[in-house]
Amino acid sequence: MAGTIQSIERAAAVLHLLGAVGEPVPLGELARTLDLPKPTVHGITRTLVEVGFVVQDPETGHYALGRGLRDLGARLDPHLLRARAVNWADGLAARTGLEVQLGILSGTTVEIVHHVFRPDGSPQRLRTGEIQPLHASALGQVLLAFSPTSSRLRNLELPVHTPATLTSRLELTRVVQSVRRQGWAHVDGALRPGVAAVAAPVRHHLGIGVGALGVVGPREWVIGPDGAPRAGLAEQVTASAEAIAATLQERL
Amino acid sequence: MTGSRSYVAALDQGTTSTRCLVFDHAGRMVAAAQHEHRQHYPQPGWAEHDAAEIWQNCLRVLPEALASAGLVPGDLAALGIANQRETTVVWDRTTGRPVAPAITWQDTRGAEIAAQLADGPTGDLFEEVCGMRPAGYFSAPRLRWLLDHVPGLQRRARTGEIAFGTMESWLIWNLTGGPDGGVHVTDVTNASRTLLADVRTLQWDQRLLDVLDVPVELLPEIRPNAQVYGECRVGLPGVPIGGAFGDQQAALFGQTCFATGEAKCTYGTGAFLLMNTGDQITRSDHGLLSTVAYQLEGQPTAYATEGSIAVAGSLVQWFRDSLEMIGSAPEIETLARRVEDNGGCYIVPAFAGLFAPRWDPDARGVVVGLTSYVTKAHLARAVLEATGWQTAEVVEAMAADTGIAFTRLRVDGGMTSNHLLMQFVSDVLGVPVERPLVSESVSLGAAYAAGLAVGYWPDLEVLRGNWHRAATWEPAMSPAVRERERAAWGRAVERTLGWERGDA
Ligand SMILES: Nc1ncnc2c1ncn2[C@@H]1O[C@H](COP(=O)(O)OP(=O)(O)OP(=O)(O)O)[C@@H](O)[C@H]1O
Ligand SMILES: [Mg+2]
Repeated sequence: MAGTIQSIERAAAVLHLLGAVGEPVPLGELARTLDLPKPTVHGITRTLVEVGFVVQDPETGHYALGRGLRDLGARLDPHLLRARAVNWADGLAARTGLEVQLGILSGTTVEIVHHVFRPDGSPQRLRTGEIQPLHASALGQVLLAFSPTSSRLRNLELPVHTPATLTSRLELTRVVQSVRRQGWAHVDGALRPGVAAVAAPVRHHLGIGVGALGVVGPREWVIGPDGAPRAGLAEQVTASAEAIAATLQERL
Repeated sequence: MTGSRSYVAALDQGTTSTRCLVFDHAGRMVAAAQHEHRQHYPQPGWAEHDAAEIWQNCLRVLPEALASAGLVPGDLAALGIANQRETTVVWDRTTGRPVAPAITWQDTRGAEIAAQLADGPTGDLFEEVCGMRPAGYFSAPRLRWLLDHVPGLQRRARTGEIAFGTMESWLIWNLTGGPDGGVHVTDVTNASRTLLADVRTLQWDQRLLDVLDVPVELLPEIRPNAQVYGECRVGLPGVPIGGAFGDQQAALFGQTCFATGEAKCTYGTGAFLLMNTGDQITRSDHGLLSTVAYQLEGQPTAYATEGSIAVAGSLVQWFRDSLEMIGSAPEIETLARRVEDNGGCYIVPAFAGLFAPRWDPDARGVVVGLTSYVTKAHLARAVLEATGWQTAEVVEAMAADTGIAFTRLRVDGGMTSNHLLMQFVSDVLGVPVERPLVSESVSLGAAYAAGLAVGYWPDLEVLRGNWHRAATWEPAMSPAVRERERAAWGRAVERTLGWERGDA
């Protein structure tokens, strides 16, 4: 086969072999079966362990297929994401005094999968299950910036919600780029007048954004006199989103 | 000890896991760590834990929680403990080792002993003194079983070599030094669920001990919920242990249900609805238990009425682990959402008999209404709906007993992260369902008790101010649908009753 990459071929062979054997395999046996030097196979298996496709039994040192392979085809379950997020979303609401939303990409919109009320006792409606536009919400801008399918920006319709809504594709592209650079988004009255939001990505494997976590509230609670989010707010949102991401690594 | 003493920690020893949560003054969670322990099912109806494994998990989660927030033991003002209730441990005071596996609250082997006790005059005596009729659910029948089946245990029990406790006793004893000066105590809520304590005096009752032939030398000292029992020698060296609670009472306390008529339902492995009844010990005509809510030093005891549901989250776990329908518990919501309704299918999870309101130890689970139309998505719906309808049954029983109709329901626990389920609970109850900002009410309640004991929090009013609403689900089901589904559920339950006796 011309033009193929040898190390990938060999890695695939290791995976096939582990999949076929059905019980953990010692390194020596792998090397013998593949007819490769031990150090070469060791390098390959170590890399595969690193990326989660192979696991090594801590006692025997033998190798087997890892969970990472099985998870490859499956997107992160949104309700699993919510379950892992609950405690951190609660904490964020408690510390900021703001409403908290967790959103995922759903077609060309944001779907709210979790909502925590502003903890001030005021009457509020649960927004779980609601849809928001990508371009006019902080959650949406984060998802555009950190999802691998951000090319969809080109086919996105940009309806006006308020005078502050971004309606130019060029401008939106610039905003999304800057969100990617700074690691969080903020929106000031673009969806509802007088309401502002700050959001950050929940990043999973390879830094891909599997969700966006945001705080939402009356403009004067979210935005400072300089037009940027109030001091420390973006950091708090980002830290909570990272804490949620960390819980996705462990299996309960 | 140096440190800020500006936080309080809680150790929540649950059925499936042991976790440590750290809270600040406003009752906000600042750190958490958790480890699951193994479930042992040596034969049908038996469910055991290894108390030594749980103690090891405890020693892991305490430092892990602190490390995750960059804290040291000196940053803690106190530690509070909450535990899975009724799970029974007996250990050797000299070696510090359990003499047998812990028999958990889900284990049915105490049923026969309890049935003998419930018969005739002793049944009335227990009801009079403990406020409950004997059932295999409580700890003393399990202790009796161990004394009967572990060779030489009855004899050794009399000599004082051996100690009995529920999980909080076991952990406090170990934390305060174990064989080397460990403090052997229990709290009033755990004691009230042994069948050995007087629910009014909150002391062990010699008549009940005699009936069960339990030597008093085995027993821990009964203490109020908020009191410094001792100081940690290991785990969190130097930190005072300021409180202990059975987990359900801890959640009632954490939800700040301090006034008569205030209630909460906690959805974990099982589900437990508790209502504060003030100084009243209510006798139920509808299968509810009267139990101690809390006792603060120098204050009158507060009581509660309880609707116990044995299987709630554990049905989801069964669906995941035994049927392998889903990869994780939350995925049940994804599966259930694939369909609009249950497709006519109902699951009644009477795995260990039925608890409230029926208390039939011989009931066993059923799946009914199967047709070729039913898919696994309908089964997922039926799994979640089982928790909703069981809640409706205990709410109905409580309203009938107390004459207080629910106008809303406060909820907490792991299953409250299931939006579909919480909406369904609201739908079938016909009232709004509210989740507080801290879903881990069990841990919060234990922390509150410990914090009160050391003066970290001054009084209950301050704690009340910490409660904030995080979500409300409003009922949306039409009364006609509710009635139809309620009736179908009732017919499904009838099919479980008495199965094990063979006359159903
Ligand atoms: N999203 C969900 N949907 C349905 N069930 C869930 C969900 N998340 C968790 N559960 C169930 O909730 C339970 C875990 O809740 P929690 O952590 O409050 O219980 P626990 O503390 O381990 O149990 P306990 O305290 O009763 O011993 C498990 O039985 C799990 O199956
Ligand atoms: Mg629990």
